[in-house]
Amino acid sequence: MRLTAFLVAALSWLAPLPALAQEAAAIVADNRAQIEKPSRQTIGPVIAALAASGDAMADDILSAWADKRLVIRKSDGAIFLAAPDGDGVALTALDGAAAGTAAKGDLTELKPNAGVRGVIAAALVQFTLSDPDPGVRAQALTSIARDPKPETLEPLRASLATESDPALKAQKERLERFLTLRFDPDPAARVAAIESLGSDTSLDVRAALNPLVATTRIAVAGEPAGNIARELLPGRDLTEAEAYDLLVAADMAPARLTLEGQREALVANIVDGAVGGIPVAEMASQTVRDRAYTALEAAGTVPTAATDDEATAALSAHRFFDAYVEPDATVTTAAVAALTGIDRKVAAMQAADLGLDALSLAAIYFLAAIGLAITFGVMGVINMAHGEFITIGAYTGFVVQLFVPNYTVSILIALPLAFAVTFAAGVAMERLVIRHLYKRPLETLLATFGISIALQQILKNVFGTQARPLTAPGWLDGALEFNDVVSISYIRIAIFVLALIFLAFFLYLMKRTRLGLEVRAVTQNPTMAASMGINPDRINMLTFGLGSGIAGIAGVAIGLYAKVTSEMGADYIVQSFMTVVVGGVGNVWGTLAGATMIGSLQKVIEFLNPSNTLAAQTYMILFIILFIQFRPRGIIALRGRAAGD
Amino acid sequence: MTASSSLPKYPTGGAGGVKPPAANASRSFIARNPSVLIFLLALAAFTIIVTIASEAYGVGFISTSFVKTLGKTLCLCLVALAMDLIWGYAGILSLGHMAFFALGGYMIGMWLMYARTEEIVVAALAQGGLPATPEEVTQGIATQIFGVVGSSDLPVIWSFAHSLPLQLILALAVPGLLALIFGWLAFRSRVTGVYLSILTQAMTLALALYLFQNDSGLRGNNGLSGLQNLPGLGDTSQDLVSVWFFWASALALGVGYLVLASVVSGKFGSVIRAIRDDEARVRFLGYPVEGYKLFLFTLTAIIAAIAGALYYPQAGIINPAELAPIASIYLAVWVAIGGRGRLYGAVIGAALVSLVSSWFTSGQVPSIPLGFATIHWVDWWLVLLGAAFVGVTLFAPKGIGGLFDRFQGIATPDRKGAALGPDDGSLQEREAQE
Repeated sequence: MRLTAFLVAALSWLAPLPALAQEAAAIVADNRAQIEKPSRQTIGPVIAALAASGDAMADDILSAWADKRLVIRKSDGAIFLAAPDGDGVALTALDGAAAGTAAKGDLTELKPNAGVRGVIAAALVQFTLSDPDPGVRAQALTSIARDPKPETLEPLRASLATESDPALKAQKERLERFLTLRFDPDPAARVAAIESLGSDTSLDVRAALNPLVATTRIAVAGEPAGNIARELLPGRDLTEAEAYDLLVAADMAPARLTLEGQREALVANIVDGAVGGIPVAEMASQTVRDRAYTALEAAGTVPTAATDDEATAALSAHRFFDAYVEPDATVTTAAVAALTGIDRKVAAMQAADLGLDALSLAAIYFLAAIGLAITFGVMGVINMAHGEFITIGAYTGFVVQLFVPNYTVSILIALPLAFAVTFAAGVAMERLVIRHLYKRPLETLLATFGISIALQQILKNVFGTQARPLTAPGWLDGALEFNDVVSISYIRIAIFVLALIFLAFFLYLMKRTRLGLEVRAVTQNPTMAASMGINPDRINMLTFGLGSGIAGIAGVAIGLYAKVTSEMGADYIVQSFMTVVVGGVGNVWGTLAGATMIGSLQKVIEFLNPSNTLAAQTYMILFIILFIQFRPRGIIALRGRAAGD
Repeated sequence: MTASSSLPKYPTGGAGGVKPPAANASRSFIARNPSVLIFLLALAAFTIIVTIASEAYGVGFISTSFVKTLGKTLCLCLVALAMDLIWGYAGILSLGHMAFFALGGYMIGMWLMYARTEEIVVAALAQGGLPATPEEVTQGIATQIFGVVGSSDLPVIWSFAHSLPLQLILALAVPGLLALIFGWLAFRSRVTGVYLSILTQAMTLALALYLFQNDSGLRGNNGLSGLQNLPGLGDTSQDLVSVWFFWASALALGVGYLVLASVVSGKFGSVIRAIRDDEARVRFLGYPVEGYKLFLFTLTAIIAAIAGALYYPQAGIINPAELAPIASIYLAVWVAIGGRGRLYGAVIGAALVSLVSSWFTSGQVPSIPLGFATIHWVDWWLVLLGAAFVGVTLFAPKGIGGLFDRFQGIATPDRKGAALGPDDGSLQEREAQE
């Protein structure tokens, strides 16, 4: 019946009839007594009539009424819509005609109570939901979704039939399901709505279902009433202190005496340097204080407090439950079943998302470590300044962006330039320092460490301590979203692609070019390589430059998503060494495996303990130390002559 | 060491040749190692001079804060000795000894902080009308110490913090056990060379990251503070305390030097030097190489912990930044600049570099105007240190100790460009000088 009324209202509103223009005013006039002193129980038909009148003014009248802007002029008792206008109030007649202004004192505001306002708001919903402007309708849907109310269910259903926009219609139907499962008076309809959602994993479905399974903790003396989720056993599901607190909160047991309370009570009852006959000086132990307090209790000076025995007895006399706020068991059962299904799917998706995160972290570690894999893995040179080469690459990108404002162009310039700069730095370092230390690996470590602290300080002096931005081009903003759970940002995809390119480049260089052949020859046996006409000095120089250059490019990539500071490279150096060592020295596939393992391990530990990334790193390093126990040569160990020693 | 040059040459054969071990054994330890005596005398003289110049017992020429700096420097010299033993003599470049140093500091810091807070809490509770119960005191201490990290329970690891003897034992046992377990894991899987360096660095990093957490039980990045206030000595002036700690540090350094000198001068010393020079050969000769290394690693960790336990009460505060891997690398830098493979080298390097470093970073060094820019040494000191380090590694692998060799006319043997051994810098014994 009401549905038809709404339908008529909606239809007639879409084709406004001038003949009806006076009707809203007439309805107001007819029900004047009700409107002046409305009550929630009886006002319904009046508001429904106004809403169904089809008058263009009905919407305005209702919203003015709800906002306390409907006024009675004291002089003649006429009703107007009021709007503040300077010191006075501008009046509009109920038929929409302007009716001059009036002073505030000449008017009486109609003040409907909250219940009536709720009825009015529900009636107003139908106007916005059927507004000819799709933008207004979409906005109405959003506000209903944000704050669902039982009253909005009927108008929403009524507006479904007339919705012309297919997207909005789908949205309305979805919202209707959400409102039905929460507010429909018929449990069967609610269960049907829950089941109709299936195992949709969107956030809004979960948000709609979760309030249905919300629980409260209750303590009862006998059999529980209401919709019980599960029983809680003190000591297993909740601590005994928590259980007792529940009893105290429900006034089922006296509060236990706290140590602080006992102390205060004792201090308050010191008489002649003694409490309850026990001298104050002896009060330095809990048992003595208990004895004194019992003496006071016996004398009646302090209220009796629950002892431990009483507390235990109270606990065993009561049972504790989690009870659903929702009283209907069929609904909660259906909601729990639906949520279980959804949780299972969400867990699978989270695993997929975690996998993506792990892959992108692995790509970053791979990029940071591949340069090191060349200098450390192939040449056996420990380069502690590798992290600073990463930083130099990132700062090169920053400097390029100072001169080239277009971010796409600047990144395209920065990548080769960073390679060139760090390649030159690497070659210079090899010529000046490393070459003299090939036979002394421990001293290489220390010398390159000296270079590292000097470079880091120079960069700090030149660029300052504050973080510098390296901005990614606009087309790398945002994220590729598969659904509410699984998404990955474009920058990370770009870094992943870059890592793949480098893997391919490195493999091609080592396996298919003359340079790669010579590098492998020098690695395996420098003397033999030299006697075959290869210049080991030149090869070492180029290899070291190559490894350093790749570090520069990695710096640009890392700088795109992290802040560029003089210490950014140092954050990666230990991780990079771990990657190379865990993966297996001298093998690019090993580096890839090491990066994948360390990246996924870190993500998994972070997932298990999300609040604490420091702990994640600690456990990861511990794991690596243990891992090296079992595979000292890494995941992929070289065999045969290439392994050397 | 210096005496070794005056020893008769090792006989190349012949029935009647006098065996050097017998010759060695017939002479006293001091006579064989005159540098020990010289060092101990110098240390004693230094201690007396500082005491006379201090504000507490002398003319007040040296400020209390500088006495503390000198005391801390002596502790750094002691940990550098440990580093020299493990790196210069045994060839194991550990980048984790500052972690043991800081752990020792943490362990003693726990007692200092607990006992000091206990005094404060007991005094505060006495105002309340009733004498305090033990539970109230413990609760008060826990709230006082851990309020800053949002906790009011005393963590399990503080169970012994009320007792100085127990905590002193822990100060040695915790770093010692950590070194024992880590060393056992690392050495049994034959991790050597740079791999071991990286692994020890990872251990240090893991420990530092762990301590940075608020729920590590050691107050996260706040660390332990107020350690300069000795419990029970609240009224004693820091002038006196600083000198007492200076004496304790000097004593520890002297005893440590003597112990380490005796360790490296006997047969044991020969074996560990042999391990450094050719580990495989020593193993084939039947020596339990892993056992030697493990013993050394643990011994040096304990020495480092003693140094740390003396250092941090003088510094007054300890936090996880002290464990950062860079600290251990600096330790290696000191030893390398001083000259490794000789105990006095480590002491000289640690004292020189750490004092010069604190001088440069204090801002007292005049800036150098270059016209277009001014060199502020606070900003450029690390660059200078890094460059100096590269220079020492490249051109003077023996460090400052090489100067002593030159004065004594000890020359590195010429092998026509071939390496003397895996570690030129630490080779200056009899074996290398023939």
